[in-house]
Formats: sequence, structure tokens, C-alpha cells
Amino acid sequence: MSENGHQEHVVSPKLYATILAALLFGTWLTVQAAKIDLGRWNIVLALLIATIKMSLVILFFMHGKYSSRRTQLVIVSGFFWLAIMLGLTMTDYSTRKPEPSRSANPPAIAIHRA
Amino acid sequence: MHRTGELYGQYKTLEQQKETATLGMWVFLVTEILFFGGMFLTYAINRHEYPTAFGVGGNMLDLNLGFANTVVLIASSFTMAMSVWSAQTSNKKLVPIFLIFTLILGIVFLGVKVVEYKQKFDHHLIPGHGFDITYCSKQPAAVCGISEEDHAKEITEIKEGIEADGGLVALNAHAQLYFSLYFGMTGLHALHMIVGAGLLVWLILESRKGRFDANYNTPVENIGLYWHFVDIVWIFLFPLLYLINRHLA
Amino acid sequence: MSGTTTSSGGEYQLPREHYLNASYGIRSWLLTTDHKRIALLYLAAVTFFFFVGGIFATLIRIHLLTPNGLLVTPETYNKLFTMHGVAMVFFFLIPSIPAILGNFLIPIMIGAKDLAFPKINLLSWYVYIIGGCFVLYSFGTGGLDTGWTFYTPLSSVYSNSAVTPAVIGIFINGFSSILTGLNFVVTVHTMRAPGMTWFRLPLFVWSHYATSLIMILGTPVIAITVLLAGLERIFHFGFFNPAYGGDPILFQHLFWFYSHPAVYIMILPAMGVVSEIIPTFVRKPIFGYSFVAASSIGIAVIGFLVWAHHMFVTGEATYAAIAFSFLSYLVAIPSAVKVFNWTATLYKGSISYDTPMLYALGFIGLFTIGGLTGLFLACLGLDIHLHDTYFVIAHFHYIMVGGAVMGYVGGLHFWWPKITGRLYPEFLARAAAIILFIGFNLTFFPQFILGGLGMPRRYHNYPPEFQVLNVMSTAGASILALGYLLPMLYLTWSMRYGKIAGPNPWPATGLEWKTDSPPLTENFRETPEVDWEPYDFVHRPDLGLTGSKPKLPGKLSPAHGDD
Ligand SMILES: [Cu+2]
Repeated sequence: MSENGHQEHVVSPKLYATILAALLFGTWLTVQAAKIDLGRWNIVLALLIATIKMSLVILFFMHGKYSSRRTQLVIVSGFFWLAIMLGLTMTDYSTRKPEPSRSANPPAIAIHRA
Repeated sequence: MHRTGELYGQYKTLEQQKETATLGMWVFLVTEILFFGGMFLTYAINRHEYPTAFGVGGNMLDLNLGFANTVVLIASSFTMAMSVWSAQTSNKKLVPIFLIFTLILGIVFLGVKVVEYKQKFDHHLIPGHGFDITYCSKQPAAVCGISEEDHAKEITEIKEGIEADGGLVALNAHAQLYFSLYFGMTGLHALHMIVGAGLLVWLILESRKGRFDANYNTPVENIGLYWHFVDIVWIFLFPLLYLINRHLA
Repeated sequence: MSGTTTSSGGEYQLPREHYLNASYGIRSWLLTTDHKRIALLYLAAVTFFFFVGGIFATLIRIHLLTPNGLLVTPETYNKLFTMHGVAMVFFFLIPSIPAILGNFLIPIMIGAKDLAFPKINLLSWYVYIIGGCFVLYSFGTGGLDTGWTFYTPLSSVYSNSAVTPAVIGIFINGFSSILTGLNFVVTVHTMRAPGMTWFRLPLFVWSHYATSLIMILGTPVIAITVLLAGLERIFHFGFFNPAYGGDPILFQHLFWFYSHPAVYIMILPAMGVVSEIIPTFVRKPIFGYSFVAASSIGIAVIGFLVWAHHMFVTGEATYAAIAFSFLSYLVAIPSAVKVFNWTATLYKGSISYDTPMLYALGFIGLFTIGGLTGLFLACLGLDIHLHDTYFVIAHFHYIMVGGAVMGYVGGLHFWWPKITGRLYPEFLARAAAIILFIGFNLTFFPQFILGGLGMPRRYHNYPPEFQVLNVMSTAGASILALGYLLPMLYLTWSMRYGKIAGPNPWPATGLEWKTDSPPLTENFRETPEVDWEPYDFVHRPDLGLTGSKPKLPGKLSPAHGDD
């Protein structure tokens, strides 16, 4: 432990190795999941697995779990603002009327899609 | 000059100095989240609009290389974490060893990326005037260096893609959006890897002097944070770019 | 406690050592890590870009004297307004108050020796200069004609002007802003002096904290956006290009995700300046300190939720437009909290109309007009009529010139004695403030009427019936130019010949007034301890402010320069 009184958490190599195994498993899993046709749920599942992997990296490799409240707030606000950007832009795209002029060579079906 | 965590003038205590550096690094990573975020948003909107072309484009990437690279990068994150552990537990000799492992894995990743880029170049998949999504499907399999089986798959896929996307011109245009994003996102990621590799070289040189121990390890920790962040970006890029439509094949 | 010596006549003398005479030579400036010197480096560079932008503005106004245009070809006119916008927005307005006054004052105001990362502070200046060079190169080699908004595919495919170096310059310059914001946020969190709690921070620091949040969270997005546009242009990639089926409106989403909040990067620091000036010249604590502080954060946060109001007349979905219109109205709430609280602070105060106060009062009025006309534009139906007319031009100039620049010039006057140790000539300064106010209104008020009548922006000519209002606007611009030149002249003059100011000439209550003018390189001889509440003009024996008398006796009234 550090001598200067700063509370620094030391994560054991055993835990690091466990996280490594979990991340590799997640990588294998996401490839397997992609090979099954789940329709629109493929992307949801892929993002879910990626998010879990990311959380493991942040919480353990990056010591997010043991960081100060302030640091945790900084991390969360970064993702919160990303969500604002993605989410509010999506409000536009998800409520637009289909626009035939958007595609270079519009298929007849697309116009009747929505 | 003795540089083992000396106190800089603007701070009152070493503790404050460390706290400040760590907070600064995290704030920097937040800016990186939003930096990459703009690209992810562009990806999301375009993929939402042209799922077919993105599926066709995604299947033209080499899944094996992508998967291998993901494993390499995750492993490098582990060795990076271990070098932080070595510093925190004052295993001064282990610090550079783990850092060197991390650097090697990072270089392997970049090397594989070069191979992939070269392949895309040969297959006429660089956006611009020469772009032709059907190039490989029109050639004998050997020209593009893919197996007969994959070649047959690609031909069917492109045929179906042309139908679903409303014609060859449309598919070719939309696939350029996909490959623009592919090169934009992986290129920016690779650029971050190169910067990270540079930082690692500096860190290795410093750690060999035995500078980092339980009392002072801020540079190891902060460059580690950066390295893990770059790893996280790839954790998302891999499924988003390589695994869009694998069940079709 | 201060090193300033007072001679027998009550006249002040400059302190023997201070940051300006700590070392000499060009190297001691270009390699400095002293936040005060870096602030002055920024002052020089930012003033240069203000001149560049100002010259383009002058040419625009001269050209518009006659309906068919007096001076330039339509193509050149496009370049003029584009380069005016780029120079002013990215290289003057955004860095002006934060990088100059914020840089100089934040460490002193919180009782620190420097910012958290002094070297990164210097780096940010160099990044700004490099970005600026790219943009100047673009201006000098063919100019730029896309509008400061760089809309694709005009910027990424069709424009024949020097877009590539400009885009690279904006991209690089973004990192200057990011680094400044990062430095400020970390500094406010970790470098405060003992006793300097969050709710004892000067409101200037609060508003800069909010500004820094926007710089950190918004600027990376503009960086990636112009990078994508640049990749489209340089490598023929496609992200927004309709030829590939891309969506140009997506570029606008990304662009305004930063560029709407960027308006608050410009105005929030000016609000911080006003919040410092008003209590000082009213000799009263600010009304509702915590509300004014919280409203800065409120503006920063809500400011991120409104960007698509710039796109009401594009192909944006109507439902999204309704949501963004509503959210845009919300920004009025924290903005109004500020205006009401400043006004309430004036109530029953003993007001002295010194130069900084004139700017602050001007700010309140002009910002109110600018803010209220913003609500017109946030209104979905009305915006269809007003969009892309001179009404928009007038609106944002009321915010940016009437608001941000008034705050900047006012702040420069308020802290000039601290920065240089000398006072400026008060009479000239008051005259300049009044000239500026008149010139500003004469320039931009007619543009509201022009816009309402339907005169579109970015056109090199106009129907003859608009000429009277356009001539008024150009006449106002000449007065405005005089209003800017005067301070530049007498402030420069005062650096050498102005009356010595002493540590606290107004007097004001912040920590920055407890150290010498100009301060030491380390800011304070010993780390100060704060045991007072902000803007307390009654219980501050350390500054000679005691008793409950609202009007202060002669010696403590504001010191004036050579009237
Ligand atoms: Cu706006």
C-alpha cells in the first residue's frame, strides 16, 4: 500500500486474470451470437455484451469500482452526455417520414415501408 | 535530477498532485468518449438507414483477423493492468516486463490492421472513385485470395444485396458509407494505438530506471487508463463493424 | 500583508517584484508556465484575431451601403462573411474571456499558485496559435466561402475555396479549448485554498466551471465533425454526402450539438464578469448567490438539449422539432434568473457609474433583448418566417457582441488595474463605453427590422427599399469601431502612463484584490485562508470595509485614473 495515506486500491492478479477470462469469453460469445439469426435483436445482444465487457474493463482494469465518488461521477457524466447526443438525434431519425430522395436509387418498396 | 514523484510548485501535497493528475486523466477520457461518440452516431444513423449495404460490407471483413485482434487487445489490457499492479506492489523489475508485453501486443494489433487495410485496398474497397463492392465477386476466387466457399457466399450475398438495396448503384454507394466509417473509425482507433505505443515506449524507459513503486506510480496508472480506454473503443468497434450480418452467410 | 508601499501622500507605488518584472526577454514569455503571462499571450493573439474579424466586418458593412453592393463580387462577399464568422467565433469569442480573464483570475480567485496543469496551459496557447495559422493560411490562399457553419456537402464536395486548411485549423483549435476547459475543471476541484468552499467561490469561477463543462463535453464533437467533413473532402469518403446516400442533416446535428452550447461558452463567462462587477459598484452582496451559481450550471446542461432549433426548416422530423422548440424555451429560465438577480442586486444599492459598471448595465439590457428575440426564433412557427433573415443576425449579435463582448471589455476594464497595476483614464473610458453602446444599437437594431421585413442573410445585394436601414447599420458600425479603438488606445497608453492602482482600487471583495497589483508570480506571499462569505461589503475589516453604512467614506470609493 502507498505510504502517503492516499487510499489506493490494489487489485489482485487473480481478479485481473478472472476479468481477462470473462472478457475473452464475452468475445467468443458475441461471435457465436452473431451467427444466429435473431432479427433486430442481434444488434441489441451485441451491444449488451459489449457494454458488459466495457463495464468490466472500467470497474476492474481501470479501478472504477474503487475510485472516488467524484471520479465515478465524471465517468458517468461522460456516458450520460453521449446518451444525450445519441438519444436526441435519434428522436429526429425515428420520427421522420420516409424520404424517397434520401437514397441514390430509391427502391419502390422503401416508400411504402412506414 | 531526482524525479521520483517530486512535488511540483503549484501543489501543496503529493497526494493533491496525484489526485489532480488522475482527475485530469479521467476528464480527458470523457472528452475522448464524446470524440469517438460523434463517429458512433454517424455510424448508427447510416446503418439504421442502410442495413443491407452495411451487412454486405461487414461480411467482407476478415472475421478471423478481427477476432484475433480483439483477443490481442484484451490481452494487452490485462498486461497493462498487471504492470500497474507491479508498480503498486513495488515489484520494480516486473513493471517494464509487463509494459513490454503490452507494447508487443499493441504492435501485433497494428500489424494485423495493416494486413487488413492492404487486403481492402486490393479488393477495391477504399471509398472514392475506384470503389467497387462487386470487385471480388467478379474475379476468380484466387485473385482476391479467398476460398471458393467464401467466394460463392459473397456472390450470393451481393446479388441479394443489390436486390434488397434497390440496384447496384445504390448498393455500391451505400457500401461506400460503410467503408468510409470502417476506415474512419478503425483509423482513428489505430491512431490512438500509435499514440499509446509511443507513451508505452517512454514508460518502459522510465520504469527501467526503477522510478515507479508503491509511492509513485501516477504515469503508469494514467497511461494505463488511456490504454484501457482505447481497448474499450475496440470492444465496441469489433461487433459493430465485423458482426453485422454474420448469420446470413 | 501586501508588498505595495504607500508613500506619505497616500499615493500607491508599484510592488517591487511582480509577475511582469520577474524575468525578461522573449523566451521568458514564450516558455512561461505562469497562468498570468499565458493570459497576456492570449490577449495579444485574441486581439489580433479580433482585428482580422473586424476588418472583414467593416468590408461587409461598406459593401452593403448600396442595394447592389459597393465593393466586391458576390463570390468575394461569401468569403467575407465566412471569414468574419470563423475568425470571430472560433478565434475571438470562444477564447476571449476564458483564456484571458479566466486564465489570469481563476487561480488567484481560489487562492492557488497556478492552474492544476501549467504546462498544458501553455500548450493550449500554442495549439491555438497553430490552429490560427492554418486558418490564416486558408484566408490568405483563396479564402473560405462555406459560411462559418461548414455545412456539407458544400464544404466537403462543392466549394472551390480553401476549406481543407480551415477545417484542419478548426480541428486543431478545438483542442486548445478542450485543454483550457480540462485545466479549469480540475483546478476548481483540487486547487482551492483552505476555507474556499464551493459556495464561497466567486460567481466568475462558477460561470467558468460551467463553461469548462461545455468545452469538455462539446468541443470533442465539433472536432470529430469537422474531421469527418475534412475526410470527405480530402479522401472522398462519405459520411454525410447525399451522392452516397448520406444525410447532410446529420452533419448539422453534430455541428450544432457543439455550436449551440458554444454560444454559452461565449456568454457564460461574460455573465460571470457581470456578476463580479455589479456587487462591487452597488456595494451590496449579490442577490441570491446560490441561484446565480446554479443557473450557470443549469444553462450549461440545458444548453445541450436544444441544438436542433437551428434546423427547423430542414428535413428534420416535425415531432423532434416540437421537442427541441420546447426545450429551447427552457433555457430562458436560468437566463432570466440571472437577469432578475442582477436587477434585484441593484435595488437600494449605492450605485456608482464607473466604467465597468456601465458595461455591466449595458450587458444586462442588450443580453435581455438578445435573449428574448431568441425565444422568437425558438418558436417553431415564427422561425419559418425569420429563419436565415437578418433577424437571426441581429439576435445573435445582441448575444455575442452586446453580451459577450460587452462583458469582455467590461471585465478587461474591471481587472485592468490588477493585470497591469495601473488605472485607465476614467473619463475617456466612460465615453468609450457610451459610444460603444450607441454604436452597437445603431448597428444591430435596424437589422431586427430588416429581418422582420424578410431580408435574407448572406446575400450580397438587397432591394432598394431596405437601403435606409442598411445605411443606418453601417453608420452604427463606424461608431462601434470607434468604441473599440478608443479602449485599445487608452488601455495601451495606461500600461505605461496610467495612475498606480494599488491592490484594491474599487474596492472589491474577491481574493484577487487581496494581493498586489500586479500580483507576484506565485500570486500570494502565503497561501490565503478564506473565512468570509462572498460579496460581503460589511464584515471585511481586512479590506477596511466595516460597519453597516451603505455609502462608504471618501477613501473607499472607487479610485479613478486621470480624469
Ligand atoms: Cu442555438
